[in-house]
Amino acid sequence: MSNTEQSAQLTQVPKLANGYRLQWEPAQDSFVVLYPEGMKVLSGSASEIVQQCTGEQNVAAIIKSLEEKFPDVELAKDVLDFIAGASAEGWLDV
Amino acid sequence: MSEPGAPLWLLAELTYKCPLQCPYCSNPVDFAHTGVELDTDQWINVLREGRELGAAQLGLSGGEPIVRKDLELIVAEARKLGYYTNLITSGIGMSADRVASLKEAGLDHIQVSFQASSSELNNWIAGTDSFDHKLEMARAVKDNGFPMVLCFVTHKENIDQVDDMLNLATRLDADYVELATTQYYGWAFLNRDVLMPDRTQLESAEAAVNRFRDQKINDAMKIYYVIPDYYENRPKPCMSGWGSLFMLVTPDGTALPCHSARVIPDIEYPNVKDMPLSDIWKRSDAFNKFRGFDWMQEPCRSCAEKEKDFGGCRCQAYMLTGDAAATDPVCDKSPNRQVIEDAINASRQPEAKPLVFRNAKNSKIIQSTVQD
Ligand code: SF4
Ligand code: SF4
Repeated sequence: MSNTEQSAQLTQVPKLANGYRLQWEPAQDSFVVLYPEGMKVLSGSASEIVQQCTGEQNVAAIIKSLEEKFPDVELAKDVLDFIAGASAEGWLDV
Repeated sequence: MSEPGAPLWLLAELTYKCPLQCPYCSNPVDFAHTGVELDTDQWINVLREGRELGAAQLGLSGGEPIVRKDLELIVAEARKLGYYTNLITSGIGMSADRVASLKEAGLDHIQVSFQASSSELNNWIAGTDSFDHKLEMARAVKDNGFPMVLCFVTHKENIDQVDDMLNLATRLDADYVELATTQYYGWAFLNRDVLMPDRTQLESAEAAVNRFRDQKINDAMKIYYVIPDYYENRPKPCMSGWGSLFMLVTPDGTALPCHSARVIPDIEYPNVKDMPLSDIWKRSDAFNKFRGFDWMQEPCRSCAEKEKDFGGCRCQAYMLTGDAAATDPVCDKSPNRQVIEDAINASRQPEAKPLVFRNAKNSKIIQSTVQD
């Protein structure tokens, strides 16, 4: 697990940690991450990122596919920071 | 009043049957007189209605939920409905095969409770030889790939073992460890004088937790340390407010806003057999009784902190002051704070009373004393 890196590496392959589950919650009108006895409600942009964290593609590929989906947004840094933050909190494995 | 939000947490107490006898059990002391347990279809219906209301977390507890032979069926249905399913078990009555079949059914997480970190004390508090089997079950939980919470309910007799508890949790590779100081409801209220730790014990326990964290002995394991509110000067925001996020269904189908709500007299709690869950949640008198702030008295009513703690716990207010709408006496603004000091003092008397263990025999005795 990454300890205190400020930013994620492009070669890392992020995936939700064991016991964490992403799903759409109609009652919240949002994507959420569920885990033992808790729930995080994701913002629109966070859910776009987490949906890509399937353990099948690296961070560079995630950024690329998000850039294709949102061509007008400068998002590389946000993605790197988000993934680093979530892995420091223990819910994304990289 | 505006429509309440969703009951995000649904707790299904599948049965009051339990092979253990913890003297701090949160089950009602008169559990032996409960009605017939809901059957599989009735539980599945509760789950379906709960999900429609927006519940996302499902707790399966008891009693000991593993006693129910249809647990896997209930889990499978819950998973299909989209719940995150949490099993809250003592591990007793469980086998490695059942852990595997629960995994297969789609269970998400298991919380295993320990009564202490040593076999001797564990077995004494549990009222049965259970420690070795618990160790075995904790290993089976991890072997099957479940995230695992180890829960220790702490009190005067075991709180000095916090170091050992954290080490045991580390050895068992727990993902989370919960050190929950006994809250005084149910059987724990009955045994309060014997269970309440003193301030020095709490301080050393807290120091042990901090030491463990500072030395980074096991960074990956998250520790929840819950201190007892009697030693605070503000009450806990009980259940994040009455009827706000949480609904509990007891073995016979009674719907409650918290574990101990039935101690408050003159509230008729609806049963899931008689009323749709959404009516219970949104419209029943019981769930609306202490919603919002209109029911409050002074000093809560005009207090700036009321949105933070909701005036504390209604059950505790009733049990300690006789008035469920009073300020929780843990608050130092309460005119009744003295009852908390008295309780702390009573727990420091050397001539300790014997512990009353949670079992059907004691439950019946207590019930008949109450009726006399
Ligand atoms: S607290 Fe102890 S006695 Fe009560 S249900 Fe849990 S294991 Fe059984
Ligand atoms: S007076 Fe009531 S609302 Fe204010 S802090 Fe105390 S319990 Fe909370």
